[in-house]
Amino acid sequence: MTYPVHLTKRMTEHPSDSTRIDVYETTGGYEAARKALGMTRDELVETVKASGLIGRGGAAFSAGMKWSFLAPARPSYLVVNGDESEPGTFKDRQLLERDPHQMIEGIIITSIANEVHDAFVYIRGEYAKPSRYVQRAIDEAYERGYLGTGIFGTDYDLDITIHLGAGMYICGEETALINSLEGRRGEPRLKPPYYPAAKGLYMLPTIVNNVETVSNLAFIINEGADAYKALGDPDDTGTFLFSVSGHVVNPGNYELPRGITWRQLIYDVAGGIRNGNELKAWIPGGASSPWLVPSLHLDDPITRAAVTKADSMLGSGAVIVMDDTTCVVQAAERLVRFFSNESCGQCTPCREGTTWEDMVLRRIEEGSGREVDADLLLDIGDNISPGLKWPPAQTTICPLGPSSVAPIISIMTYFKDEVMAHIHGGGCPLG
Amino acid sequence: MSWSPELLERAEKILGCYPQKRSAVMPLLYMAMRHDGYLTDDGVRRVAELTELTPIQVESVATFYEMFKRRPVGRYLVSVCTSISCFLLGADDVMSSAETTAGAPAGEIDAEGIVTVDHIECIGACGGAPAVMVNYELVEGVTPESVAEMIAWLRETKPEVVRAEELQDRFGGRPSFEPGAADQQGAVGPYPAFDPYGTAGGAS
Repeated sequence: MTYPVHLTKRMTEHPSDSTRIDVYETTGGYEAARKALGMTRDELVETVKASGLIGRGGAAFSAGMKWSFLAPARPSYLVVNGDESEPGTFKDRQLLERDPHQMIEGIIITSIANEVHDAFVYIRGEYAKPSRYVQRAIDEAYERGYLGTGIFGTDYDLDITIHLGAGMYICGEETALINSLEGRRGEPRLKPPYYPAAKGLYMLPTIVNNVETVSNLAFIINEGADAYKALGDPDDTGTFLFSVSGHVVNPGNYELPRGITWRQLIYDVAGGIRNGNELKAWIPGGASSPWLVPSLHLDDPITRAAVTKADSMLGSGAVIVMDDTTCVVQAAERLVRFFSNESCGQCTPCREGTTWEDMVLRRIEEGSGREVDADLLLDIGDNISPGLKWPPAQTTICPLGPSSVAPIISIMTYFKDEVMAHIHGGGCPLG
Repeated sequence: MSWSPELLERAEKILGCYPQKRSAVMPLLYMAMRHDGYLTDDGVRRVAELTELTPIQVESVATFYEMFKRRPVGRYLVSVCTSISCFLLGADDVMSSAETTAGAPAGEIDAEGIVTVDHIECIGACGGAPAVMVNYELVEGVTPESVAEMIAWLRETKPEVVRAEELQDRFGGRPSFEPGAADQQGAVGPYPAFDPYGTAGGAS
């Protein structure tokens, strides 16, 4: 079964030069930007709302709605979030590296809709090569008069600046990203009052959109909201990039509609489990999402509704597959270690809690686990995310701390016997 | 060592990209690292002067971010991803092989002052796991053996410029996705090979 694609179409059809402006323009590029220049803010916001486009950074909020919340103060800013750091996620890297003009055109459309004249692309520091490709594309667009003063011969000015991050996951959180772009420590701000659309960059109205989100816009403006909706599931319109990794035969980014099942994604699209092994569990939406298991979820459709019912989320689209050779305690520890390393340290429950979670998991894995440790893990988690429910509550400014609880809830819900076998057997039963 | 007039001109261009000077702190910190090889006290002071902040304000930013190195690292910073997807495909073995070959524990410079091996969290190469970076240039689909060979090769040939394509061809395996057009640029030190400003993109 093949599905229609648009985000990855150009890079597939023009593998060696999809990054260049000539190829972009001969395949319909920059028509949408010209069209958008003739549209009003209201028309653009309504079109994007009608398309059902949801943000691709993880929170799945309506992009058009986000734009409609822009406060009236000016200047307003656009920051494109290319800080992609959620373990398992590598889709934005492909979009940046393989079709940067598609994103730039999305930036032009977003800027026009939100009366922005200064746009920033915040790209994680480790993405030096993708940044070089994006900068070259920006330079090409300036040369053609599509960026800079009076774009496309109109009186609209627009500049784009790439801002390189410096190795902190937390900067993908939109208010932390704004602090980082202001030259500060990348610590998240309290919401309310600091919703970027009201008080963002320099306390001015700011739109923060993910790379994949803005990369969808040229198609929506060119083909219309209905054509976009027709590409996908009625509740999750358009196509999505799934980053599939772990123990599958064919890991990679796959552009697909939502609504297909996990079985189709893991077995048909990604080629099934390596070495003919059994599927043990998978992480459906990046490290922050609670795990799913084959006995309960393999034939569920991949939709927000179904995954919410399974107490998890589709997040950033990163699907991490684990086969039956995986020790769940080790895997959980590795995930928790990430959050512990990346905690910004502002909030005590997160800073201290993630450190403790990691320490307890480690001693269980190493064979020094105590009988009380299973309950202790849940107790620590409960102090970070009270009630251990889904969607998670939080005692912290941002969701990083609560995200660290997801792997713990996962192993205690689905693999408690394996955890206890570690504690009773003096270490990992898998060796 | 003082900054040349050319470098200061470049710093002015960076400052010109932002509505407020403070926003230039991070790109200027990278510039200071490129100048001194790591982030020195002098670098911090210069960035403070240029952005009209106090050195301690700049220091508080610099120490927050992993990639601003306040201590010297080797000429080749080999960052081994040990996050979940790489871990599932053997990253811990890659890490121990890298440490053994370098002969120094994670984060420390080797005896010859050439290589520093360190952990890094997810680098967005999960489809090509396990993956490493050399001076933030990506190599995917590595093995414990190929990383050991790579470190030996870095020591022996001491390349001026570290290019992702070359490393991938020599030491890599399956990538996350097919690469596009070749990229001639590469890294000359343990900081990202990206110097964005002063092109058309800095017009604001």
